[in-house]
Amino acid sequence: MKAIITILAVAALASVPLWLRDPYLLNALITTGIFVIGAMSLNLLLGFTGQLSLGHIAFFGIGAYVSALTSLGFDIGLPGGVRLVHEPWPPIAGFVLAIIVAGLCGYFVGLLSFRVRGAYFVIVTISFAEVVRLVALNWVELTQGPLALTNIPSIALPLPGFGELTLRTKMQNYYLVLVVALIAYLLIARLVHSHFGRAMRGLMENETLAVSVGIDVTRTLTIAAVISAAIAGAAGSLYAHYIRIIDPEVFAFINTVTMVIMVISGGKGSLAGPVVGGLIFGLLPVALRPVMAPEAQWIAYGGVLIAILFVLPRGIVPSLAQRFGRRRNGRTALAPVALAETAAKEPA
Amino acid sequence: MSEFLQHLINMLVLGGTYALLGIGLTLIFGIMNVVNFTHGVLYTFGAYIMFIVVQQLGLNFFLALPVAVLAGWLLGAVIELTLLRPLRGSDIDTTMLVMIGAWIAMQSGTLWIWGGVAKSVATPFPEAPLVLGPVSVSWLRLFVLAAAALLILVTYLLINKTSLGRAMRATFQDHDTASLMGVNVDMIYTSTFAIGSSLAAAAGALLGPVYVIFPQMGDLAAVKAFAIVILGGLGNITGAVIGGFILALAEELGAGYVSSGYRDAMGFLIIIAVLIFRPTGLFARAERVG
Repeated sequence: MKAIITILAVAALASVPLWLRDPYLLNALITTGIFVIGAMSLNLLLGFTGQLSLGHIAFFGIGAYVSALTSLGFDIGLPGGVRLVHEPWPPIAGFVLAIIVAGLCGYFVGLLSFRVRGAYFVIVTISFAEVVRLVALNWVELTQGPLALTNIPSIALPLPGFGELTLRTKMQNYYLVLVVALIAYLLIARLVHSHFGRAMRGLMENETLAVSVGIDVTRTLTIAAVISAAIAGAAGSLYAHYIRIIDPEVFAFINTVTMVIMVISGGKGSLAGPVVGGLIFGLLPVALRPVMAPEAQWIAYGGVLIAILFVLPRGIVPSLAQRFGRRRNGRTALAPVALAETAAKEPA
Repeated sequence: MSEFLQHLINMLVLGGTYALLGIGLTLIFGIMNVVNFTHGVLYTFGAYIMFIVVQQLGLNFFLALPVAVLAGWLLGAVIELTLLRPLRGSDIDTTMLVMIGAWIAMQSGTLWIWGGVAKSVATPFPEAPLVLGPVSVSWLRLFVLAAAALLILVTYLLINKTSLGRAMRATFQDHDTASLMGVNVDMIYTSTFAIGSSLAAAAGALLGPVYVIFPQMGDLAAVKAFAIVILGGLGNITGAVIGGFILALAEELGAGYVSSGYRDAMGFLIIIAVLIFRPTGLFARAERVG
């Protein structure tokens, strides 16, 4: 049943560019898709380890800047009079580097910020994102600061034997985003249904108990943070090569909030949650545009976030699943069961 | 040397208002365990009240400050009663996200009502600064420092010398026991949020005329308030005052001797450094068991 819904949903999403001819809507779908990838990566932390990272946009933005700078090249002066010159590389190399660098940043930020929990963790992650934003704004020689990096090349896929295919049209970019989103979805699904996924959920439900059955909390959280950051970096790279202009505003806190809203409204800790929530909140501004001024839209945005937390605190997907009487199966079992399973498999 | 003295003077002026911001947030954080993302909006709100009273209604500058404090108190009470009271007992992430929603809605509301163009407030103080040997300070900034000091003193007396303050301190230590001892905890929560909000509004009303007033001015103020609270330790009022001055000093020295572009990064760097090296704040006392 679940597999059928998934296949139908993917088929429906894949058919969109075949019948949707409006470039504005297609553009909205592509940017929404990119943010959905970001939201899925945030869900890995927020929904499966319970850590509310409000600096997630930092990894997205780092991915965007790394990818853009790799494909544009740069020439900067380092302390000591050394000049660091980088010739432009193909965008696909930028995409790979974006994933690696964002993942590394995730490792270091995780290492530092998982020393604290709760409100403190939230504030450290916000601070990290803001420091990165200020660096992007002030390190003008590298990032052009507020002048933005422009003319970022589109992604070109190398096709062995046929040269390469540069993705210029909206339809091509739509399919690129869809494929990356699918890979990210499958990767996260594979992860949360593994032994590692049970360890993550175990420590979300009860950290003390998780430690007592032998789960290495810091290691588990750090691995989750690295994977989450790497996926966000991939999304950022897609964003840079699709929009083709990047400025420090990409790090704006409101972008993290958008991802958080996508996750919370769809249902944190549900694989389909960020996709459903992301499509709703990504397309809501498009639907509201003809009837509301932009400021009024944001008021509605804030209001809807509050309303969801009051009315559907668990999110749309889990609430619907419960409504249609799906029994809780082993995968949604309560923590002690998950912990017991993990403990049983953990080598002594 | 005179440059350094000038930085110290600026630090005192900034630090006073930062301390107000920090006290408000630390009270709410400490007593209610709510990460109050609307704190910056209340700061903006206070500044706009100043603008309305002085520029639009043409009333006295000195009257505007108590009006802003009162308006902040009322708005804080409304937020607490409508958004936080129904969520009593929810986890901290839920209340935090609700506060983020309220922040977005209210900030956009400010933008909608008053537009994005920065506003300034005319003050009754002379243009020429007060010159003391090698340093100078404007009369407006001196007034800001004096008013902030007065408000800090009033808050200190309120917390330490009144029965409301005693009930607040009791609730901070253990709200169940306080409730058993006859403290109306719901009322304490509403009062705490209202008082914290009025202090944020006061800080905005004081700094608004020094700089300019615009809808996003509260965002950085909120972050600075978080930095101050973390520096001073959760719920620690004296810590928040000292934290306010430390942050102001770091910003002044950072802007003066490193680069003015990184002035606003100081708060974030302090947050990261403190949480990594001394997560309980600089002035943590032994944790109470309760």
